[in-house]
Parts: sequence; C-alpha cells; structure tokens
Amino acid sequence: MPEMNMAKAINLALHEAMAKDERVIILGQDVGRDEGVFRVTEGLSAKYGDKRVIDTPLAESGIIGAAIGMAVYGLRPVCEIQFAGFDYYGYQQMESHAARLRNRTRGRITVPLVMRAPYGGGIRAPEHHSESKEAIYAHTPGLKLVIPSGPRNARALLLAAIADPDPVIYYEPKAIYRLFREEVPEKTEIMPLGKANIARVGKDITLISYGASMQAALGAAENLAQENVDCEIIDLLSLSPLDIDTIINSIKKTGRAVVIHEAPRTCGVGAEIIAQINEHALLYLEAPIKRVTGYDTPFPYFSKEQYYIPDADKVAMACRSILDIDGAAN
Amino acid sequence: MPRTPIKISAEIDYLSILDEQGQIDKSLEPNLSAEQLKTLYHYMLLGRRLDERMLIMQRQGRLSTFAQCTGHEAISLGAAFAINKADSFVPYYRELAGMLYRGWPIEEFLLYWNGFEEGAMVPAELKDLPFCVPISSQLLHAVGMGMAINIKNEQKVVVVFFGDGAASEGDCHEALNFATVFNVPVIFMCVNNQYAISVPLSKQMKAKTIVQRAIAYDMPGIQVDGNDILAVYSATKDAVTRAREGGGPTLIEAVTYRVAPHTTADDPKRYRSDEEVAIWLKREPLVRFRQYMYDKKIILKGEEEKLEEQITNDIKAAVEKADLLAKSPDFSNPLHIFDYSYAEIPPCVQRQRQELEDYLQYKKGSYKKEESKNA
Repeated sequence: MPEMNMAKAINLALHEAMAKDERVIILGQDVGRDEGVFRVTEGLSAKYGDKRVIDTPLAESGIIGAAIGMAVYGLRPVCEIQFAGFDYYGYQQMESHAARLRNRTRGRITVPLVMRAPYGGGIRAPEHHSESKEAIYAHTPGLKLVIPSGPRNARALLLAAIADPDPVIYYEPKAIYRLFREEVPEKTEIMPLGKANIARVGKDITLISYGASMQAALGAAENLAQENVDCEIIDLLSLSPLDIDTIINSIKKTGRAVVIHEAPRTCGVGAEIIAQINEHALLYLEAPIKRVTGYDTPFPYFSKEQYYIPDADKVAMACRSILDIDGAAN
Repeated sequence: MPRTPIKISAEIDYLSILDEQGQIDKSLEPNLSAEQLKTLYHYMLLGRRLDERMLIMQRQGRLSTFAQCTGHEAISLGAAFAINKADSFVPYYRELAGMLYRGWPIEEFLLYWNGFEEGAMVPAELKDLPFCVPISSQLLHAVGMGMAINIKNEQKVVVVFFGDGAASEGDCHEALNFATVFNVPVIFMCVNNQYAISVPLSKQMKAKTIVQRAIAYDMPGIQVDGNDILAVYSATKDAVTRAREGGGPTLIEAVTYRVAPHTTADDPKRYRSDEEVAIWLKREPLVRFRQYMYDKKIILKGEEEKLEEQITNDIKAAVEKADLLAKSPDFSNPLHIFDYSYAEIPPCVQRQRQELEDYLQYKKGSYKKEESKNA
C-alpha cells in the first residue's frame, strides 16, 4: 500500500469497516455530502448512501444519544463530533448511558459505539476548536479512550475501536492529520487497544506521550541525542485502559521520566501516569518526574497557541532539568 | 370521555416591506427619519465593506479562518436599531453590522479573527455579550439576562441571535421554554440562512418553519424577510414594545441565505449549486435598501461615493490600529494566557506562568548564544 497521511488512513479504516460489516453506520454533522470538515469521511456517502452515512441535524447530544440507541439495537455506530470542543452537549449521553448501560444491566445491554472527534490545537482555529479534553473521558469509567499518533496506528486502532464491544472515544490529533505520510500495510492491520508502543528505544530517560505531542517528544529526543542523551519514548496510544506495564518496565530501565501532553496539567493524564509510577516503581526513580503540558488555562486564541502547546524545546528543557547535565536550564 | 379538539392558534405572519426590487409597501413603511435611514445605510455598508476587506486580508494570510457576514446585514442591524444602547445584544457570530452599530470598534473584529482575546472585549458601556461559538448556548444566557431584568424590575430587553442549525440543539428548546415560563423580555432572532455548514434546512428539520415553534411555547412569533431591513426592524420594534410592557418573549425567524461559505475554510461547491446562490444574490439586502434610499432621495449619487470613501478610510485606519495593537507589548505578551481566568491567579497557575516566563527567557538566551556564535 502507498504511503498516506493520517486523515487518509482513518478514512481507509472507515472504508474497511463499512465494507466488512454492514452494521457499521457513520453519523454526524457534515459527514455525508461534505465528507467531513476535515474530509475524513471522504467517499463513504457516495459508496454507502445516506442510510449508512448520516448527516444529522446540528445536535451533539442527539448524535451521541442516537448512536447509543443504534448500538443497543445491534448496529455499530461510528459517530463524529466535528470538534472535540463541542462534545460537551454529548457528554451527558456518554457518561450517563454509553459508559453505564453494560454495568446497569449486568451485561445484558452493551454499547459498542465509537465517537470520533478531532482534538488539539496548532491549526490557528477560532475558540473552542483547539481543546484537548481527553482527561474527562479517561476519568469516565466504562469508556475506552484511544489517541493515535500517525497513519499506521490510526488505521489499526480505529478498526480495533469499531470491533470493540464497548464504547470507545477515538480522539484524532488534528494538527497531524496531514503532517506526514507513512507506509500503511496492504493487509488490514488491527492493533489491540490497551497496548502502548515503544516509539524509540533508549536507556537514559523515558518520554511518555501520545497524539500530536509525540512530535514534541520525538523532536526533543533528536536534540538530546546530540548531547549524548538516549531517550526512550513511549507512545501510549490507549489512555484507557492504560498500558502501565510498558511504562513501568521502561522506568525500571531509565529511572527518569517526562510526561508530555497538550491538555491542561491539573488532573490531566500525566498526573495519573505519575501516580501509577509512584505506586509501582518509586524506588527505581533517580529524579522527580516532570510534566510538559498545556497550562491550567483555557486554550488561548491562536495568536498565543504556540506558547501553550508543548514543543521539543520545552521537552528537552524538562529532560535536562532531571538529568545530570552540566549547564542544565533549571 | 369524548374525543374533543384542542384549539391551538396556528397562524403566523410573514412580513415583507421592501421587496427584492427595493419597492416599498407604503402601508407597512416604518416611521424612520432621513437621518435614521442614513445611519442604517451607513452601518449596512460598513458591515459589507469590512466583511469584504476581511476576506481579502484572509486570502493574503493576514487573518485566519473567519465567518463572513455578507448578506446578513439587515438582520443584526435591523434588530440592533430597534433596541436602545441600554438594552442587551447577544450575538452568535454573524452580527457584524449590528455590532458595529452597537459601538464595537472595527479593529476588534480584526483582532478577534486574528486570534486575540482582546477582540472579544465588549465595549465597557454595553451590557452585550461577545461572539458565541458553541452553537445555541447563548440563548440560555439571554434568557437569564431577561430573568435578571425582571428580578431587578428594569424596563430593558435582550435580543439574541441564533442560526437555523442552532434551532436543532437542545439548548434552543430549553431557552424557548424558560422564556415563556419566566415571561422574559427577550427577542429570539433566528437567522435562518438555510445552511448549517453543508446541511440544508430541509435536512435539518421537517417542519415548514422555525417560527412555528413559537406556538408550541406559547409566545408570539413572526417570520420576516431577513434581507429586508425595514421588515426586520419593524418586527423587532413590535416585539421590543411588547417585551417592555411585560408581554414577554417573541420568536422572530428572519429568512435569508448564506451567500458566502460557512467560513473561509469551507467550500460550498461541494454541496450546493452556483445557480442556487445566484438566485439569492439577487435578493440581497444592501442593493434593495440602496434603491429605497435613492427613491426617497435620501442619498444622492455623489453622496454615495463620499460615504464609500469615508468607510474605506475608517477601515484602513482600523486595520492599521489592529496591526499596531497586535504587536503592542500588552496584546502580544504570551504571559497574558494566565492572567484572566480568575479574579486572582491561583498559586498553581502562577507557578506555570513563571515556568513559561523562564522558558521564554531561556529561549531568548539560547537565541542570543546562537547569534553570537554566528557573529
């Protein structure tokens, strides 16, 4: 298969899922004729018609609520919320029903839906179009939360999410939709949910990240390599369930870690990761764990977004501060 | 028990005063002075020219994605003209002309669409709200403002705007219901431009009109030609008078058409034909109002050019001002990210502020190092 960008890879997964399983239904705003505002649903409406690719009225609670109804009735809805910053109307349905119906009915009723939503900043968008609210979903028992970081895993994880028996939030880092291309296997590839990927093997320090922030981690590792610092990078991919074993194994090797995410710091995913490292590997740590994250403020309007979003320099600076390097910045 | 019909009033008016050719229906013509009409025309033209200027700037990379308002001027301006400065104006994001009339400086729109929160600073003398991007959520704020007006025993009103797409959100229904339950002095102005990005009204709802919801919530409602500023003004004026007298809310559906893309990031050719747009371009509000102004001899040909020149100059001055402001230490300071979320900056946010400051200093230092190396 040729190289492709992440938007195309997600689109490929949707095509594969719809071709394979007629229970798969797409619904959302502008997903049909317009093929999604990021063109992620390209070609689906033309191929499968408006019975399986549904342009809904403008109503996020309606989209999620209806998807729940479809899911409990035997379909496999994949709904799109146009921007993650608009999913709060739908969150009530997600928390009160999608996440709970299995438990409420002791397993009789299940909700195998996927909610896709582009999240994160970096595209000079207006207010509410740049949020990273994944912690809300990670904090909601009953939901799974997946965030790809590139074309290949985006496709393989979306297929896993659609096949999963439980509701999955699939957060798409929109800043990297078209940032780079990658070889995607010809044959359908499915990656299991709940497994992190070691994106770079190293021995000195562990960088833990996901989504678009992986770019900052990779950039920092490259810079630090010139200073003879060998970074290991863990790409979480699945934030819930969290692959803590992969993290702990790495910490046991490096003794140092920096967690990187664009979402605000307080009660963010990084806080949970550090808590679990403390629970499982405190005595292996050589230094406090650092966080490079968005700040505890609303995501700024885009004239200042570059100061808010973690970048390679911020990550490298945090790494130096906990490594024994001469002239460390902190 | 027998089966008996429940009588529900199901009649709603449609109002058009100035037709597509700019011909007036004398019996409905509002009583506006030449000065008032000139003011209306000035702001209508300013809204249009600013929108056009912003589109050019966006294409030049001097503005980011923005929502054009061309063709929507009659609605926000007609409504704004029917209320007082002490009343409240609650927009969504296509109310450029009305907000300019309310007193928003031109440069604020340039700053807003260029990614500066300062562009959402409501002029201090107004009890208005800034643009509201999460669809429909502002309707409940307007209701709450109306409840506050009632609690404070004031004679003020609130006019709130929303689109046809917004009418599908739950918040819209909640707001309309609250409005009659609490008899609030709120005018709900639905800007029915027939598209929610790519979704046409026919796929948004199966009802014939949006305004018929007024019947369901037991409030007066009227549909108006949204490209006819006199109709919008008259309908709003009636609703305002009723609201001030304790008569509660009104739903107005102003029918127009989004002749522009949803935003500059949208490509409407994917979902509608040029022919459809062409039909509506003929009905647009500015041309017909200009015709009316000519017919009434309120504006003469020479004056038109003078007005255009004045507007061009005002916009030019505002563009320069916005550029200066954007570069000013105050507006461009990244540390302001932290300064406005709370009345008092909490300690953890203060630490993060310091962290960014250190980082910026460090970057400056490392650049200096680089520069000296190169020198």
